[in-house]
Amino acid sequence: MHNLTLAQTAQALADKQFSSREVTQHYLDRIARLDKNYNSFITVTADLALAEADAADARRANGKADFLTGVPFAHKDIFCTKGVRTSCGSRMLDNFISPYDATVVEKYRAAGMVMLGKTNMDEFAMGSSNETSFYGPVNNPWDTSCVPGGSSGGSATCVAARLVPGATATDTGGSIRQPAALCGITGLKPTYGRVSRWGMIAFASSLDQAGPMARTAEDVALMLGAMAGFDPKDSTCLDKEVPDYLADLNKDLRGLKIGVPREYFGEGLNEKTAAQVQNALREYEKLGATLVDISLPHSALAVPAYYVIAPAECSANLSRFDGVRYGYRCEKPQDLSDMYCRTRAEGFGEEVKRRILVGAYALSAGFYDAYYRKAQQVRRLIQQDFIDAFKQVDVIMGPTSPSPAFAFGAKGSDPVAMYLEDIYTIATNLAGLPGMSLPCGFVDNKPVGLQIIGNYFDEARMLNVAHRYQQVSDWHMQMPAGVAV
Amino acid sequence: MAIERQQVEQLAHLARIALDESTLSRTTRSLADVLALIDQLQAVDTTGIEPMAHPLDAVQRLRADIVTEPDQRDVLQAIAPAVQDGLFLVPKVIE
Repeated sequence: MHNLTLAQTAQALADKQFSSREVTQHYLDRIARLDKNYNSFITVTADLALAEADAADARRANGKADFLTGVPFAHKDIFCTKGVRTSCGSRMLDNFISPYDATVVEKYRAAGMVMLGKTNMDEFAMGSSNETSFYGPVNNPWDTSCVPGGSSGGSATCVAARLVPGATATDTGGSIRQPAALCGITGLKPTYGRVSRWGMIAFASSLDQAGPMARTAEDVALMLGAMAGFDPKDSTCLDKEVPDYLADLNKDLRGLKIGVPREYFGEGLNEKTAAQVQNALREYEKLGATLVDISLPHSALAVPAYYVIAPAECSANLSRFDGVRYGYRCEKPQDLSDMYCRTRAEGFGEEVKRRILVGAYALSAGFYDAYYRKAQQVRRLIQQDFIDAFKQVDVIMGPTSPSPAFAFGAKGSDPVAMYLEDIYTIATNLAGLPGMSLPCGFVDNKPVGLQIIGNYFDEARMLNVAHRYQQVSDWHMQMPAGVAV
Repeated sequence: MAIERQQVEQLAHLARIALDESTLSRTTRSLADVLALIDQLQAVDTTGIEPMAHPLDAVQRLRADIVTEPDQRDVLQAIAPAVQDGLFLVPKVIE
């Protein structure tokens, strides 16, 4: 049952090959048996899942089922789920039972999908290895001595380990695409404003975007269709019709122009990773696409600009965690100031505190123009690079991350070494463009991701481009040892 | 740009994060690494470039000025660290 894709699971439910209760129980059993090897879940909601599965089966019996009704999945623990702990990977929210559902959660609930639990993540989505989680690191299913990537490391791992057919995730600087690459699955970060951010715990509000993770582009298309759309509760969500992402999946790729940015193949890229990406590009040529050499001249500025903008926005967003209304409060505060300072010192981990301090620095009096305003200007230069490129090409392709999964602790104590992990993914967040990652090979038995960057609201084309590749390759069907049982 | 210990103490105060002696020196070092990274921006000529706030230059929507949220005080206070008579309790502010 766990070898079926999400689309195949939905079809099998429609064909009454098994019930939602049966498939839900099957996955819950797998989680109970195998997740001790991975730590991909923070909370497993078994009773709730079985109740939702029964409701889905009843809905189907009444002829009211949607295509995804009864399909099990997991939410990243950044989405507020009513009545269920929503920790965001932090001690600060370890005791936080959300009083409401995020819009994405509401939408999946309305579709009749069955939540199995909440997945592990870097604290407040700040990290590229899942090592900053209060609930401990997640082990990569391909090599448990390596990280799964982050921040959506739990979601990527539970999909790769066949503990769920699909999972939700979020991406502020690469947090969907990089773990998808490192775990050998498919993930998509939509255009900024495509999916509602309401009820998704904010990190950097001008960059955060929710998206799906699954094994195939077809599965991702199904999950995206169910989560996208206008939401008046998110002031940055865009009022634009959601297309049928399945409609063009099989479209012929002859005539497709693929931009290959030379800046994405320079120094810092693992040679073996580069070779796998080049193989994928050659495969696209066989499918009738043309490769176009392009330049994104401001690429090198993406990481520095991001590490002004994201910390600045995070320092503002995380000021709400003060120990007054919900979440952690320190023991025996002496006075109000002591309560704020110790609550935040004890409730946040080291990386979160570092980013809050960097943000406070960038926004402090006298530095605003030199840092925040400057970074927002550079952000426009980066966006202009992409606008110019999309005049010549339909999609852009390159590596998702500079190398395959690395060992725990490998990035050491220098935070900048970890930040450079997202060197190829950050620019799309700054520009607000959609990006995705799909498996395109292995290096030393560890998966490599191919990144596809699309134009604004061009997710349907990206999914088509990814799907056609998955019709002629089987990287996305490979299974890590140890998950077959 | 180098950052002094004293500046880090000031930032920690602004951010309301208590830092003890041992974390202070470690934090100062790691902030210096990050600031060296972001200082690369200073070399870029951005004269005349409009700062970008929203990738699609969307503007804030307006809505009618009517109450849309129901009263959920009891639900919201149920998860608070300390409440009394419908109020959030904090340590004494005024003597």
